[in-house]
Amino acid sequence: MMFNKDQISVLKDAVDRENSKTQEKLQKRPERKNVFTTGSGAPVNRYYTPVDIADMDYMNDLGLPGQYPYTRGVQPTMYRGRFWTMRMYAGFATAEESNKRYKFLVEQGSSGLSVAFDLPTQIGYDSDHPLSEGEVGKVGVAIDSLADMEILFDGIPLDKVSTSMTINAPASVLLAMYIAVAEKQGVSADKLRGTIQNDILKEYIARGTYIFPTEPSMRLITDIFEYCSQNVPLWNTISISGYHIREAGSTAAQEIGFTLADGIAYVEAAIKAGLDVDAFAPRLSFFFNAHNDLLEEVSKYRAARRLWARIMKERFGAKDPKSMQLKFHTQTGGSTLTAQQPDNNIVRVAIQTLAAVLGGTQSLHTNSKDEALALPTEDSVRIALRTQQIVAHESGVTEVVDPLAGSYYIEAKTKEIEDEAYAYINKIDEIGGAPKAIDMGYIQQEIMDAAYDYQKKVENNDVIVVGLNKYQVEEEAPKGLLRVDPAVGEMQKDKLKTLRQERDNAKVEAQLKALKSACEGTENVMPLILDAVKAYATLGEVCGVMREVFGEYQQSVSL
Amino acid sequence: MNKTIRVLVAKPGLDGHDRGAKVIARALRDAGMEVIYTGLRQTPEQIVSAAIQEDVDCIAMSILSGAHNTLLPKVVELLKAQNADDILVIGGGVIPTDDIPGLKEKGIKEIFTPGTPTQVTIDFIKANVMER
Repeated sequence: MMFNKDQISVLKDAVDRENSKTQEKLQKRPERKNVFTTGSGAPVNRYYTPVDIADMDYMNDLGLPGQYPYTRGVQPTMYRGRFWTMRMYAGFATAEESNKRYKFLVEQGSSGLSVAFDLPTQIGYDSDHPLSEGEVGKVGVAIDSLADMEILFDGIPLDKVSTSMTINAPASVLLAMYIAVAEKQGVSADKLRGTIQNDILKEYIARGTYIFPTEPSMRLITDIFEYCSQNVPLWNTISISGYHIREAGSTAAQEIGFTLADGIAYVEAAIKAGLDVDAFAPRLSFFFNAHNDLLEEVSKYRAARRLWARIMKERFGAKDPKSMQLKFHTQTGGSTLTAQQPDNNIVRVAIQTLAAVLGGTQSLHTNSKDEALALPTEDSVRIALRTQQIVAHESGVTEVVDPLAGSYYIEAKTKEIEDEAYAYINKIDEIGGAPKAIDMGYIQQEIMDAAYDYQKKVENNDVIVVGLNKYQVEEEAPKGLLRVDPAVGEMQKDKLKTLRQERDNAKVEAQLKALKSACEGTENVMPLILDAVKAYATLGEVCGVMREVFGEYQQSVSL
Repeated sequence: MNKTIRVLVAKPGLDGHDRGAKVIARALRDAGMEVIYTGLRQTPEQIVSAAIQEDVDCIAMSILSGAHNTLLPKVVELLKAQNADDILVIGGGVIPTDDIPGLKEKGIKEIFTPGTPTQVTIDFIKANVMER
């Protein structure tokens, strides 16, 4: 208990008296709105006092930074030790083009790489597949085989950088290619640092780049957990993502509730596969969004840390503190950007950066101002990266750990989000777990309701988006947007043609056959995928074998 | 026109971002239209075949992947080949302004970019679907 009971009761009376006085005054001079809410639409009080956090127990609920339940951060020194990793998500066109962008970002002070793949790569199709038509190199880089991956990381020492790869359904294949490239550079797998997103459940929920049905997908994920715990111990094997759930329109509390429910499903699957919780849980990582409501977002990250720590300790009996520490990457909110007056987006991103940093993020991608219009240009990426550097070096918020702790509002809000997220987790447990709740469409429906509700508020001007439904100006079409060369598709097709002529096709076939029988059985598929990609089997061929054995996921469509 | 307008909301290509598609589908439904939503990853052939089978008045496609110049005109071509080009075709999503004239030339009647109020799309469909 932080406050003594008598003091709280005296204060409560004072607050009640004051509130009824204010209520009278409001007759004459009303406030701006009848109801005040957060960015997620949760009601907020006029002000907060110790009464609102009277039940809080400091050591139990907060602890010191770096102490269970990690509400105040996962490390004791946080940004006094080192800043978060400034990790800019990038990739487009060919491996050659993207390699240039990575070198540019490293030169500009980016401290980790983050690879964006094009949609065919994310869905396991080669660039010459009919469904790849028009999509090659558009939203990310096209990777068809190890040959592309070698070019992508040419001149980038993989023992020095950490690399995050936004890849899910074919995560095992891209990870295998990364391991193979490192080997060619003379870097052994146990030195590799980085993350694969590898979070299939949120693909079913919100992001859409699934391939296989739930069960084989969960098996691929646990195979990766197991393989990495033995061979790539520094690799973060999954990035359990709320980002896309939020982008799809969820509230802040839903973002946490649904993401942690997904996390629970992965932990359960791995335990069921026979893994010890402390063998894989320290390499689980998370990925959250940063929207504009600064204080709500800060509370959200704190709530997520506390809730996950308790789940890991109490529900799964984890012993290793690292298993209980929720480490997360943040990306600023793409859906908060406006196509109108795009320069204003720089300010939004700055606020969101501050939220992520005050919330204790481990790494951060800042969106560029032109991303509601196209992929970002180098100039706009530089501003986005500079935004992080200004917050790091000039704002002062990095000099004190969790500086907003103890604010009556922040602590009350942290508790409120934790409770709401926990209620969602309970509801999903009742349904039978996240995979089942997804198959039923429950999670998608909840998100969709929140998204539609928000859209209506914007259209009724209940929510103001500057430049969109207020303060509009006549604008000319923006100039100088990045365009992906339409010839990229043809270039990739040519590369594939050459590859298929030059490689040892008998070897490829033999490796694919071995992979197929592994998929049909129960052994870990990772070593076989690694052999196949080393023989220059293409991504589409490897995923094709798995499609044959596993089948494909059928989306449950709900409006 | 008294007949209820039927709209196929479709997601062409491999893009998985369906928030816009779903929001617009709901808004059209709330505006009294009959809405069929295809779900993700539809080829132009699948979209046209669904449109004809469902006898819709309008196809509304949402695309954020950058493949719009390839996929949207393909839908119009296939409709023409099936003598179904009386169906109104519109699109929306992250589509650069420079691409819009080209798309309109190829028979996409209107492109709605980020931030468009759903009412604008509703009004456009009401004003432009043909008596069939």
